[in-house]
Amino acid sequence: MMKSPRLPLYLTMATFFLAYLLCIWEFPSMFSTRVVANLLTDNAFLGITAVGMTFVILTGGIDLSVGSVIAFTGVFIAVILRDTSIHPLVAFGLVLTITIAFGAAEGAIVHYLEMPAFIVTLAGMFLMRGLAYVLSTDSVPVTHEFYDVLQSIYWKAPGGGRFRLIGGVMLLVFIAAMVVLHRTKFGKNVYALGGGVQTAQLMGVPIARTTILIYATSGGLAGLAGIVYSLYTSAGYSLSTVGVELDAIAAVVIGGTLLSGGTGFVAGTFFGILIMGLIQTYIVFDGTLSSWWTKIVIGILLFTFIMLQKVLAWATTARRKPATEFAMRS
Amino acid sequence: MMSDTLRRIAPQLVILAVVILLNFIVFPGFFSIEFQNGRLFGNIIDVLNRGAPVALLATGMTLVIATKGIDLSVGAVMAIAGAVAASVVTAGGGWVPALLAALAAGLACGSWNGILVAIFRVQPIVATLVLMVAGRGIAQLITEGKIMTFINPGLIHLGAGTILGVPTPVWIWIIMGCLVTYVVRRTALGMLIEAIGINETSSRLAGINSRVLLVAVYLVTGFCAALAGVVVAADIKGADANNAGLWMELDAILAVVIGGNSLLGGRFSIVASLLGALIIQSVNSVILLSGMPPEFNLVIKALLIIVILFIQSPTVQHAIYLFRASTPPHAPTEERAEKSAEKSHKNNQTARESLS
Repeated sequence: MMKSPRLPLYLTMATFFLAYLLCIWEFPSMFSTRVVANLLTDNAFLGITAVGMTFVILTGGIDLSVGSVIAFTGVFIAVILRDTSIHPLVAFGLVLTITIAFGAAEGAIVHYLEMPAFIVTLAGMFLMRGLAYVLSTDSVPVTHEFYDVLQSIYWKAPGGGRFRLIGGVMLLVFIAAMVVLHRTKFGKNVYALGGGVQTAQLMGVPIARTTILIYATSGGLAGLAGIVYSLYTSAGYSLSTVGVELDAIAAVVIGGTLLSGGTGFVAGTFFGILIMGLIQTYIVFDGTLSSWWTKIVIGILLFTFIMLQKVLAWATTARRKPATEFAMRS
Repeated sequence: MMSDTLRRIAPQLVILAVVILLNFIVFPGFFSIEFQNGRLFGNIIDVLNRGAPVALLATGMTLVIATKGIDLSVGAVMAIAGAVAASVVTAGGGWVPALLAALAAGLACGSWNGILVAIFRVQPIVATLVLMVAGRGIAQLITEGKIMTFINPGLIHLGAGTILGVPTPVWIWIIMGCLVTYVVRRTALGMLIEAIGINETSSRLAGINSRVLLVAVYLVTGFCAALAGVVVAADIKGADANNAGLWMELDAILAVVIGGNSLLGGRFSIVASLLGALIIQSVNSVILLSGMPPEFNLVIKALLIIVILFIQSPTVQHAIYLFRASTPPHAPTEERAEKSAEKSHKNNQTARESLS
């Protein structure tokens, strides 16, 4: 029984490696450190967002505001660096404080006003996108020597792949998230909350604190993703990263986390991100396929993984079925 | 019966009146309606006309949400339907085959969602996420990535024309809303849908064929979304697979929630959802008419939504209820019974009705 929750994770990992092998078989040049390094760099902001989303989804909630938070962060940093002379690190600290407070406020509304997370974070999505518009409707370039320093940090692997700073940040976030989820009390509380609010409450899990912390984490990680995105593009634009929340949710689901909460792993999300990145890389390598195939393939993958989870759930409950039937008859 | 309905939609009517009053304050000519070139012009007509897609989506979405479900794919279905209609007329077909093909596409999308939810027992939010992600890709596949423009007058009439001076989209959403309301309220269907939303297992044990009803509900939503997609495409004389119906699903869900329907399923009111759609459109109109910089649109909309949701949140409603109940000397047993009903969330509509 213990191995069933990990099975989706292993399947996601197997899917990724199998897909990568197939890609290499068709385009041998895809087997290079360049491709791997770009996979990490290009999906860094999405990966960091998806970690926050994994936390939220594990508790059975959802956070639709992350895409807007990323856009807001980018615009905020760009505007503040343009109009004032403060150091980017201070700006980073400031914007992280704002996004964490914003996430915490969302969590507080979800908990204390007993409103569905879906609607609360939807309003948050409009609010953050709107604030980004208010700051600037144009794309604001970032020209600061500190940005050049950060962007020039990379480790050149044999084969020419450049592992940049932002890819490293994403890996660090994933490792930190795994430690938090599996080695701290907070992590246990997250899983407990996802298993059922009432059960968790009876076990003595602090519901209010955990819920607020979860959304603050998601907001803060979206802020960090915004910083990474601003390093990636060297600009802040209020219309950027529209729909990133959906990509993040898709990555989490492909990674084997149940949207009803309680079951899932951050590592699965990591491979979910890699699979989605791989599809895009494949389309670039192929050259004849149009970009909309990305959406269709991701949709098919989502469907496959959902069905897989259904089959697994059915297979694990089938053994218990006679008992329930007996209980219902009596 | 009539007074029950009125009491149910009273909060929405009050909010709508307040928003329309705001419209009147920022723009005194808001209520003036002119008749020129065989059609009515005026801000009220505009609100009714522009609100058509969200109102259409909200009609179907109300039923889905009443079964404790949600349909995230309606925006993508709109894009697909628009693309199908445009490709039929550009291939030389008339507007009737185009409309029928679009509606068939909507029904096909609806049945896909419905089968996933009802037969395979996938959570509605996940099941419809698949089509939400893939649907826009499918629509782009149909239009081959271009914005497909058309000049068929019959199809354009559905979005930009008038019947008896009133814009066609207004007719479409009012007729669709009345039709669905009539069907679910004149038969037992509405009650059965509510039963599924409150507790699906017990409704099944009570003999309700929940599978067929669930599929039917998603079919209706797909149908409504396809209509909305055709209206939007006809309005701009082209099918834009990327932007048609973008984020419309969120507006539709918002309309249903502003309409006081619980996302946890159960009792529903289509009229209230339609009022919710009108409230959203009136808010848009206030922001436009007040001449505020367009950058502020989303912020103001978000703040208004937060205020409306705050007023309707179960906690605040409960606090108001307790405040009201504590003033006159009541029979304590009855009060406690009502309080526990409110707490269990199964029936927060009753409390809301006893409030007003």
